[in-house]
Amino acid sequence: MLGIVGTVPDSQFPLIHGKVRWVGSHIKIEDRRIAVNRGTPSLMAAALNAFECIRCPEIYAFLIGDTGRGDGSQKLYQFLVQHLPEFDFQVLTFHYLQPDVDWHNKVLFAVETMQRRPILIADAGFMYAAKMSGQSECYDFFTPDVGELAFLADELAPHPFYTRGFILHQNNKVPDLIRRAYQHQNAANYLLVKGQSDYIAHGNRVIKTVDHPSLDAMEAIGGTGDSLTGILTALCGAGFKATDAAVLAARANRWTGYYANPNPATQVSELIDKIPQALSGLLDTEHNEETHGRYQKNTFD
Amino acid sequence: MLGFFKKKKPNSDKKERGVSADLGILVFENTSEVIRAENVLKKAGWCIRVMGPPPEIQTGCDLVIEFPLIEELNILRELNNADVSPLQVVPVTAPLLAPVNLFQTKDFGDYLMVRAANMKITVAKADLKIVNISGGGCPDVPYLAREMVGKPLREALRPKDLGHTLCGYALELAYEELLRKC
Repeated sequence: MLGIVGTVPDSQFPLIHGKVRWVGSHIKIEDRRIAVNRGTPSLMAAALNAFECIRCPEIYAFLIGDTGRGDGSQKLYQFLVQHLPEFDFQVLTFHYLQPDVDWHNKVLFAVETMQRRPILIADAGFMYAAKMSGQSECYDFFTPDVGELAFLADELAPHPFYTRGFILHQNNKVPDLIRRAYQHQNAANYLLVKGQSDYIAHGNRVIKTVDHPSLDAMEAIGGTGDSLTGILTALCGAGFKATDAAVLAARANRWTGYYANPNPATQVSELIDKIPQALSGLLDTEHNEETHGRYQKNTFD
Repeated sequence: MLGFFKKKKPNSDKKERGVSADLGILVFENTSEVIRAENVLKKAGWCIRVMGPPPEIQTGCDLVIEFPLIEELNILRELNNADVSPLQVVPVTAPLLAPVNLFQTKDFGDYLMVRAANMKITVAKADLKIVNISGGGCPDVPYLAREMVGKPLREALRPKDLGHTLCGYALELAYEELLRKC
């Protein structure tokens, strides 16, 4: 089973957890229907759509309402600390949560007491807290955009809001930022950096870049990073090796843009709809080009 | 917005005395209260600026207000009257982290996007409607997007009124920059 942890932008939304499935154009957990616009619901929807193309375990989500006051996130953190050890996940992805170092550390401790240590992916607010805690290396994947990568590269910044100017100016030098993030132990085992080109890094160096197709409008569309992390979660859960999962996720996410023909006003749900087409197209192409397929399903390295 | 010790009210000489004074910081329970206090103090003409907290009190999503210590009592009175009192008042003993003040603008032809820190906001040039908000990782980002996308730029509720986190604050900076450009 894959686990996804995050929030929805509704202060009245209670803490729920359960299997995630599609019901029409909404996703459903327990008896709650959730609209897919951006944030954690987009991540879950992207993972569900990726499942249409790959054999993958079910998704189990932990969700709560939080509009930025942090109260929902705190309740969810508390629940995770108490109950995570009761669950068994192959992959556990943390997403939009109020960054809080103390709670982050408690949750990470709870993860360490799970029977099987899941592949850990952190994005958004939880990635901020992971970096600030100094425990980035406990994670298998961070999925920052270039601005967030600059924050990871700045050993003093507790949030992207405080990234120092001389580092922000290096936005066009992604490999340098990646090296700096690893140098200060502020990177996960793997980085999937989304941007004009996507970079996959491991062990202090860039191991792959993905830059095709390239659609300018994608930068303006809120939620494209959520969909990328959703696809990555699904591929890791399906047993793809880390590098293969990251490359395939980056390529699939770009092809959703190609098929949706977006402009800067396009909403991310239109892109998420194209994930099955994009992912199946890539998997078919690879299968036809190489007898054994380029992407290997294997244990996580 | 973040101009350091700019004179807000030409006649408020008393409130300008802090320029060369020692500095302190006001620590609040959460970022929402910082934003409220900032609005109160700036409206009243006080010379303050929003900064990052020193490492010993960082929790992950914080702002503090830097102010001239000599005006502590007056400022606390002002905040108390507005029902937004700080948890602590601490002298500044080392340089504080400054918020980003770099903006990047991207012109898509029919659309204009401004980025501040990790937050981006995009409007359609034809009618100045907000068409997308992207970036960020704090939980108010999806909330702000839900409340603001589709609204005219000048009629939408502002991030400083709706937001509660540093991402919300960064979006306010991008929003203000967009207002200046449109």
